[in-house]
Amino acid sequence: MNLSVRLKKPEKPLSCTKETSLKKEDFAKLYRFLKITRMFDEITVRLKRQAKITGGVFSSLGQEATAVGTCYALEERDFIAPLIRDIGACFVKGILPREIFASYLGRATSPNRGTDLQFHFADLKKGFIGPISHLGDMVSVMAGVLLASKMRREDRVAIAYVGEGATSTGAFHEGINFAAVQKLPLIVVVENNGYAYSTPTHKQCAAKHFVDKAVGYGILGLQVDGNDVVACYETAKKAVEYARSGNGSVLIEAITYRRKGHAEHDNQSYVPPGEIEWWAEHNDPIKRFELFLTEENIFSKEELLQIEKDVAEYLEEELTIAESAPSPEPITAAYDVFDNSIVPPAFKKKFLES
Amino acid sequence: MGKEVTLLEAIRQGLWEEMKRDESVFIIGEDVGIYGGAFKLTEGFIDEFGPERVIDTPISEAAIVGVACGAALMGMKPVAEFQFIDFISCGFDMLTNYAAKSRYRGCGAISAVFRGPCGSGVRGGPFHSLNAESFFLNTAGLKMVEPSTPYDAKGLIKAAIRDPDPVLFFEHKKLYRLPRIKQELPEEDYIVPIGKARIAREGKDLSIITFGAQVLNALDAAEILEKEDGLQVEVLDLRTLAPLDKPAILDTVKKTNRVIILHEASVTGGIGGEIAAIIAEEAFEWLDAPILRIGSIDTPVPFAPQLEDYYLPSIGEVVEAARRLANY
Repeated sequence: MNLSVRLKKPEKPLSCTKETSLKKEDFAKLYRFLKITRMFDEITVRLKRQAKITGGVFSSLGQEATAVGTCYALEERDFIAPLIRDIGACFVKGILPREIFASYLGRATSPNRGTDLQFHFADLKKGFIGPISHLGDMVSVMAGVLLASKMRREDRVAIAYVGEGATSTGAFHEGINFAAVQKLPLIVVVENNGYAYSTPTHKQCAAKHFVDKAVGYGILGLQVDGNDVVACYETAKKAVEYARSGNGSVLIEAITYRRKGHAEHDNQSYVPPGEIEWWAEHNDPIKRFELFLTEENIFSKEELLQIEKDVAEYLEEELTIAESAPSPEPITAAYDVFDNSIVPPAFKKKFLES
Repeated sequence: MGKEVTLLEAIRQGLWEEMKRDESVFIIGEDVGIYGGAFKLTEGFIDEFGPERVIDTPISEAAIVGVACGAALMGMKPVAEFQFIDFISCGFDMLTNYAAKSRYRGCGAISAVFRGPCGSGVRGGPFHSLNAESFFLNTAGLKMVEPSTPYDAKGLIKAAIRDPDPVLFFEHKKLYRLPRIKQELPEEDYIVPIGKARIAREGKDLSIITFGAQVLNALDAAEILEKEDGLQVEVLDLRTLAPLDKPAILDTVKKTNRVIILHEASVTGGIGGEIAAIIAEEAFEWLDAPILRIGSIDTPVPFAPQLEDYYLPSIGEVVEAARRLANY
């Protein structure tokens, strides 16, 4: 999609696709997940400014619909490997805000007990494997998850999320090619949000569309408006059905826009004037969904406000739980490199006998 | 006891028996299936265990490691093959960032084996001769083993497969079919524990700490030193390179007070430096002479025989170094 086309004022305000099998309770859940995602973001920005979060804060602002909508098409037994802007997918998969808060805050109660940040942890029972910072690596890890499930005759599909920048890595290529050759039910969602750190899409890749890469791997390629949560769900549902029926892997290109910088410190000086404002004004995924829900008479504005209020309370409770948890004991840094019943923890040396 | 087997056959047997014992064990790598692997180590496995458990992959070392990690998280036991250990560099990111750190990051243990032929002296040139251990020594979370006998090879591959953490399993290709080291193996199931060195030859005058194919050079040098100098040289075969068997290293130093560290990789930044530092820190008072390191020169592995022979450590060098220490 060309940016100049993107930046034209839409003739009428953008909504969501009306062709959907989703029901009222699904819409309520989706709206709640979108709001949790956005408001979680707002809280982490606050915590960063209060210097309570020492590491990077990575925002999903403006692209919440992609992660939430696509992940909503999965079953409980299915797996995801989200990236930093897919925090919404974590919530859909049942990861609790308190877990991610605790991880951001470096608390002992974090699932990674303070050894890593953001949602860099896993909960295999929930089908959740957090990312590492090396982009593209999770594609082959998810292929391995699915290879194992194929060997055990377990019926699972998985989504590996990558940004458009990660498609330039060797790891992405090797992973998706492996999955394609093995016909694994892997769905790779390429979130084309316009920028990888400061690098615009046209400096990342010469192909016109990222979805075109699917042809090269011999797999199904789908393209979706990543700011239309309903379309994201419907597209992912199609991909899941295709993959689950044994047809192999799928690449979905979701076109969206990153309204914040790479992380909180990034002032986005490289973004052309007016671009961020256009997306905020005319193509915000939550505004679009709200318009859809009210225009279609699914929920009233008041009902949506009530959901928002509930989410705000829920998140503050979750934050309180995380914040009141203790910091890790320093010595626990030495544990769990290996199984410590076999290899002892890596304690510091003592130079003087006490 | 059966017939004498090569180191390669011992690894085959170990793998085969583990695949029979545990359905979750599977092999993944390039040309490991119908072709049976570049060194034919997995020949016949696909007929016995089928293509689902002996998986031929694209030329994608990063994906091989990544897939092994993902499968391991799900409780499978992957044994991934690098066609030559030189190509482990293509899987370096996945090994050091994913496999090594997963347990620590609360993402689950990676119980997987990453194996392949290493080592020089076979005229393989710069890209088929690598000893890779020092690349990984500074990464917490990876175990490394390298056997020098068929007995150890079989026992260690079994231990590696049963280990709850990722193990890099280096197989010196010069030893694969070397008649000299053929051994009869016990018929019953056994393992060689990871983390334990082995005294390959007892002695009291001087220690050579080594592993892999260099164990043979150390033994040959010891023989010459006994005949010509009357020196009793102890040879410690490390077998495990990470985590190092510190007690065994310190014991031999305390016994002989003179030590040579011999390995095949280049000296600078090699594992010998780490071992020397352990000895200097923890057994300084026991030393009667400087610690000497012998390894290859600091160049890539050259191809022409004359060049590679110059590159590699020789028995003559070991003998010379031992004489210097003995006379110190």
